[in-house]
Amino acid sequence: MLDAHWLRGLMVSKQKIHMRHVISLLIENESGALSRVSGLFSARGYNIESLTVAPTEDASLSRMTIVTSGSDDIVEQITKQLNKLVEVVKVVDLSESAHIERELMLVKVRATGKDREEMKRMADIFRGRIIDVTDTSYIIELTGTQAKLDSFVGAIDAGLILETVRSGICGVGRGDRVLKV
Amino acid sequence: MVITGAEIVIRSLQEEKVDYLFGYPGGAVLYIYDELFKQDKVRHVLVRHEQAAIHAADGYARSTEKVGVALVTSGPGATNAVTGIATAYCDSIPMVIISGQVPSSAIGQDAFQEVDTVGITRPCVKHNFLVRDVRDIAPTIKKAFYLAKSGRPGPVLVDIPKDITAQKCEFEYPQTVAMRSYSPVVKGHHGQIKKALQLLLEAKRPMVYAGGGVVLGDAADKLTALVRKLGFPCTNTLMGLGGYPATDRQFVGMLGMHGNYEANMGMHYCDVLLAVGARFDDRVIGSPAHFASEPRKIIHIDIDPSSISKRVKVDVPIVGDVGEVLGELLALLDSTSDRPDQEALGGWWKQVEEWRRRDCLKFNQGTDVIKPQYVVQKLWEVTGGDAFVTSDVGQHQMWAAQYYKFDKPRRWVNSGGLGTMGFGLPAAMGVQLAHPGSPVACITGEGSVQMNIQELSTCKQFRLPIKVILLNNGYLGMVRQWQELFHGNRYSESYMDALPDFAKLAEAYGHVALRVQKPGDVEDALREAFKRKNDLVFLDFQVDPTENVYPMVQGGKGLTDMILSAEDL
Repeated sequence: MLDAHWLRGLMVSKQKIHMRHVISLLIENESGALSRVSGLFSARGYNIESLTVAPTEDASLSRMTIVTSGSDDIVEQITKQLNKLVEVVKVVDLSESAHIERELMLVKVRATGKDREEMKRMADIFRGRIIDVTDTSYIIELTGTQAKLDSFVGAIDAGLILETVRSGICGVGRGDRVLKV
Repeated sequence: MVITGAEIVIRSLQEEKVDYLFGYPGGAVLYIYDELFKQDKVRHVLVRHEQAAIHAADGYARSTEKVGVALVTSGPGATNAVTGIATAYCDSIPMVIISGQVPSSAIGQDAFQEVDTVGITRPCVKHNFLVRDVRDIAPTIKKAFYLAKSGRPGPVLVDIPKDITAQKCEFEYPQTVAMRSYSPVVKGHHGQIKKALQLLLEAKRPMVYAGGGVVLGDAADKLTALVRKLGFPCTNTLMGLGGYPATDRQFVGMLGMHGNYEANMGMHYCDVLLAVGARFDDRVIGSPAHFASEPRKIIHIDIDPSSISKRVKVDVPIVGDVGEVLGELLALLDSTSDRPDQEALGGWWKQVEEWRRRDCLKFNQGTDVIKPQYVVQKLWEVTGGDAFVTSDVGQHQMWAAQYYKFDKPRRWVNSGGLGTMGFGLPAAMGVQLAHPGSPVACITGEGSVQMNIQELSTCKQFRLPIKVILLNNGYLGMVRQWQELFHGNRYSESYMDALPDFAKLAEAYGHVALRVQKPGDVEDALREAFKRKNDLVFLDFQVDPTENVYPMVQGGKGLTDMILSAEDL
């Protein structure tokens, strides 16, 4: 994702302590806004684990959730550089305090014979929903933290996975912490 | 009144009081050029290459407190401008660049002279816009000027498709700009400023380190007043020269890779450092780890929060306009009778003077070969230290910075951040247009000047009496110096065979030119050149081909690891 892998390697060697951060921001919903953000990360060698973006209830604004990692110094620079972008309205580092993270995953699995019942059971255990059924396959919809989605993928027979797609995480601060204009 | 987009562009520039527009026409901007033709408020300066248009607008902006403005066409017009835009971006120069784009319907069709200008320039502008509706032209230009000038300044590009310039709409120039996403901090935090003053008053070995932000923020007077009142030593970065008067006793010279011994030592061994509008970059402090090896308290004033604690952790960050913050510091200092410990300060000055006595900029001018340093020194004398000086990039740039003592801000115009060869001559055009009647010198090298030498033609057309001071050593000198010092004297491609006869070349462009070969002729040649108030005079000084720039801190080394002269090697 956005050269994240080799950049991550580069940065691990440069910085000792490497913490995961979830940054949430509001940005003017204008064409090119996304590339300003992603360009900033690649140009300055910052890591992006995932980035999600969509318009908010106010269509003139988009909200992004960026999962990144780096030392405190790097993350401080990341938030400063994001704030410096002219179209960015507000930036918060959600991981500084209590927050909720959710990610959506769709998994298409082979579902034939005895696997059909087993797959249904696993989906239920993880509170997933089967949203498409054919003679030979299911599509399972699953929402949760990254860790939960990871463990679902780990729990089912890897040989049965036809494809997976994940949205990247959305995050929101708990309680009174509100990111709004 | 309903007018075309092209007319709106020109009317908007008039509203912004733009007197000079540097540009080059082409297909996508033909409607705009047609409107330029019909008026005489905005004067167009036709360059010979788009890169030069941007550098000229840049020189204009650096030497005034105004925004530089350039106009280029789509495709190659825009890509040629990129080096100039990046140059301005690295040095935070306020500029507005208007570029033509292929018609809206052709965007994305790989049309003739189409490039994604907004995409290409995105990483080297403060902000850019693609205008998609004729009604957006005026508000976008208004925003562009506001963004370019406010906060940490920078270039802003406005890309306008050709069809938009032909469409019509009602014109009304907005009087104000409201952007919820952009509101730079101007006033510094009062508590932090008080903390800073406390630290300054307690300092035993203080140092003031001021960068380009002081020049851009028009804060040289306030800086000077504060430094004098405190009695501290002051150093300037390459970009900050003129921010504090160089002939003042408290000035310890430029610091950094080719900085003065006393400046670098003072920077390293001070106990309290006041950094103003500077960013601790690699050419200034060398290795951050080495810099951090000596304990000191750092106060950092900058308008850009991202410049603070980027390479060097600071103790008292103050985000704000340097002029505002320095003004408040001065007011606070006036309101208290506390003063720095004079005894400690006296001891520190004794140490600084001892470093100064090393006389790190000394050189021997013999009778045979012209030393490049000598030419700059004489230029300073002949112009009474009051000329506008532009430079290109390389050894001559460093000698200009070391030996021309700038007492005033905005007199020294050079590409510090990006290090763009070819900057000097076109930048001088912008400076000269902004200051008709003032002496303007372009100190250059035979490598750099050839990167935009075609602008001698523009100088002729617009009668710009620039004095080109070519320090011709027949080498790409700075490259040669590094090869000599760090690459075993293997002069890989740093020698240019077949150099032109520069005097003849300048004459061919219609200018006055002279080749100077003897040290004894240097001063007369300079005097004669500056006497010719209406002519561009091109002086080709044949200087010592083996001369190196000292002092020198090797890249990545610590500030105190200085090579003071060839004898140190």
